[in-house]
Amino acid sequence: MTAAASTPAAPVVSAALRIRGLRVTAGPLELISGVDLDLAPGERVGLIGESGSGKTLTALALLGLLPEGVHSQGEVRLHGGANLIDLPERAWAQVRGPGLAMVFQEPMSALNPTMRVGRQVEEALLLHDSGTRRVGDGGRAAAQSRTLELLSDVRLPDPAEIARAYPHQLSGGQRQRVMLAIALANDPQVLLCDEPTTGLDVTVQAQLLDLIVSGAAQRGSSLLFITHDLAVLATVCSRVLVMYGGRVVETGPVSAVLRTPHHRYTAGLLDSSDLDRFRDRARLPTIPGSVPAAGEFPDGCVFRTRCAAATEACHTEPPWTGTQQHGYACWHPLDPAGSGDEGSTP
Amino acid sequence: MTAAAVELVDVTRIYHRPRTSVRTAAAPVVALDRVSLTIAAGSRFGIVGESGSGKTTLLRLLAGLDQPTSGNVRVAGHDLAGRSARRLRELRQDLQMVFQDPYGSLDPRMRVRNLITEPIWDAPSTERAARLRELLDAVGLGPESGDRYPHQFSGGQRQRICIARALAPRPKLLLADEPVSALDVSVRAQVLNLLADVVQANGLTLVLVSHDLSVVRRVCDTVAVLHHGELVELGPVEQIYDAPQHPYTRRLVAAVPTLAGALAGIDAQQLAATAASAGADPTDDPAERRDWEG
Repeated sequence: MTAAASTPAAPVVSAALRIRGLRVTAGPLELISGVDLDLAPGERVGLIGESGSGKTLTALALLGLLPEGVHSQGEVRLHGGANLIDLPERAWAQVRGPGLAMVFQEPMSALNPTMRVGRQVEEALLLHDSGTRRVGDGGRAAAQSRTLELLSDVRLPDPAEIARAYPHQLSGGQRQRVMLAIALANDPQVLLCDEPTTGLDVTVQAQLLDLIVSGAAQRGSSLLFITHDLAVLATVCSRVLVMYGGRVVETGPVSAVLRTPHHRYTAGLLDSSDLDRFRDRARLPTIPGSVPAAGEFPDGCVFRTRCAAATEACHTEPPWTGTQQHGYACWHPLDPAGSGDEGSTP
Repeated sequence: MTAAAVELVDVTRIYHRPRTSVRTAAAPVVALDRVSLTIAAGSRFGIVGESGSGKTTLLRLLAGLDQPTSGNVRVAGHDLAGRSARRLRELRQDLQMVFQDPYGSLDPRMRVRNLITEPIWDAPSTERAARLRELLDAVGLGPESGDRYPHQFSGGQRQRICIARALAPRPKLLLADEPVSALDVSVRAQVLNLLADVVQANGLTLVLVSHDLSVVRRVCDTVAVLHHGELVELGPVEQIYDAPQHPYTRRLVAAVPTLAGALAGIDAQQLAATAASAGADPTDDPAERRDWEG
């Protein structure tokens, strides 16, 4: 679509999305601190952590959709463009859609229940074409035929019929496909997906993951994929950021991080999530306790209250070890030299 | 593993939907179609299927919350059909449920102490207090938890409260409907461990419904696979997981992404293709069409 061309492509290979020092605060509470990320064009990066770790809040901050009283600071740029953090609300309309688009977790509440789904896809198209083309009958007809294409791209059977349906008439999987069609309508530079398959049946999940990856690949869109399911993460993404307490505690290529985790939180997630690894009826390893409420994370290392290896040193914030592309923040890392092999988490 | 805790004989449940057209009646929904199965006392029985497969209907029938259109449901030797609400309540002493949503299934205005002891309200108060301490301890909550309200607990802790409440009347049969699907992975492991512990310690029969085959495999010894309201496969869980016979079960097993598989290089495209070809069944995709029939 023409919308993508409105942002001049930088001659040098710049990051599709560049985040530096992203902080999100609500009054005195710091909810997200110091998130850095460079997302290359077409790269697929996963964001993982338990609920309450700050994953969704990060995505909302990137989209400028933070709730009242919650503020963000730092630097977020698409292809070296303007800093989105300072963007006035009027300018955001041009960024959401062609710049950043999001597939939300709960399609029933993200779609308008009083509008036929076809109209909702058209709306996304017309809003962003309005700068280049007069909205008239011609624009409307073009949008309608493009809508049918988009709906058939997400492999909805009989797109014309689906376009006339209201959200409540569709199944969860179908609704999520419509959401994906809307998100992809303006060929976004970065596609954000927030637990897009949670609550869907496994066979539907497999199809949807395929559609997300192929849809992003066709458009050269980068993907930031939020999930708490490590197997889904490893299926979709090439790089991972592990979040806990509003911080990135470990990052790196998926295969490296999931085979030899360094941070104890990553290791704990891995152990407790892999139901197949312990074939006998032995007890599943768990991370003790639960995620504290926002603002009740300890100072120093945010994970120390649930960490078996925590010592006095953990009362001060651990430094970042390694590079921005592959590193961790932990005083007592597992396999610090990276010598260990796959699956060796004690 | 001697007596049957639950017996279903030729159970069918048909729901009639409100008509949406003046001319034609809405097609009835066959939620369960001639299902027969026996759950042995002391076993851990899993029921797997996707949305619309009839697994929740089956559980509701077992709990006496719904009556079959035809067929018989026998729980602990008692036929549930045609019982009065009062007689069903008596039978439910031996049968307790844990629901999927730990937020919706606890009354927000009741203290945890009262929530847990509500099923044994008619016991003497000293006995109730003793049982409360015992139950809080069994599910790993501190004794001070009794004075707090549900909203003060996290999802995993609330599911522990639900389990404690279910155990209060010393049931013989525990029915769990997707008990961990609303929980995070680390908490899921805690709750699965707890379920296994309480079933073991109290010698319960467990019926666990899940859409996640790996959860069922973790906890259960026998599994039934439901598809379109029909029982398509039944057997020991390892056998069904390792060598599924029915095309639908094969598809179900193949569609679950695994960490080992993904690290070995199975990407989203391959996963979808494997799942599609595992149980090629081009005529139907019922979960996707369930609510969509014009």
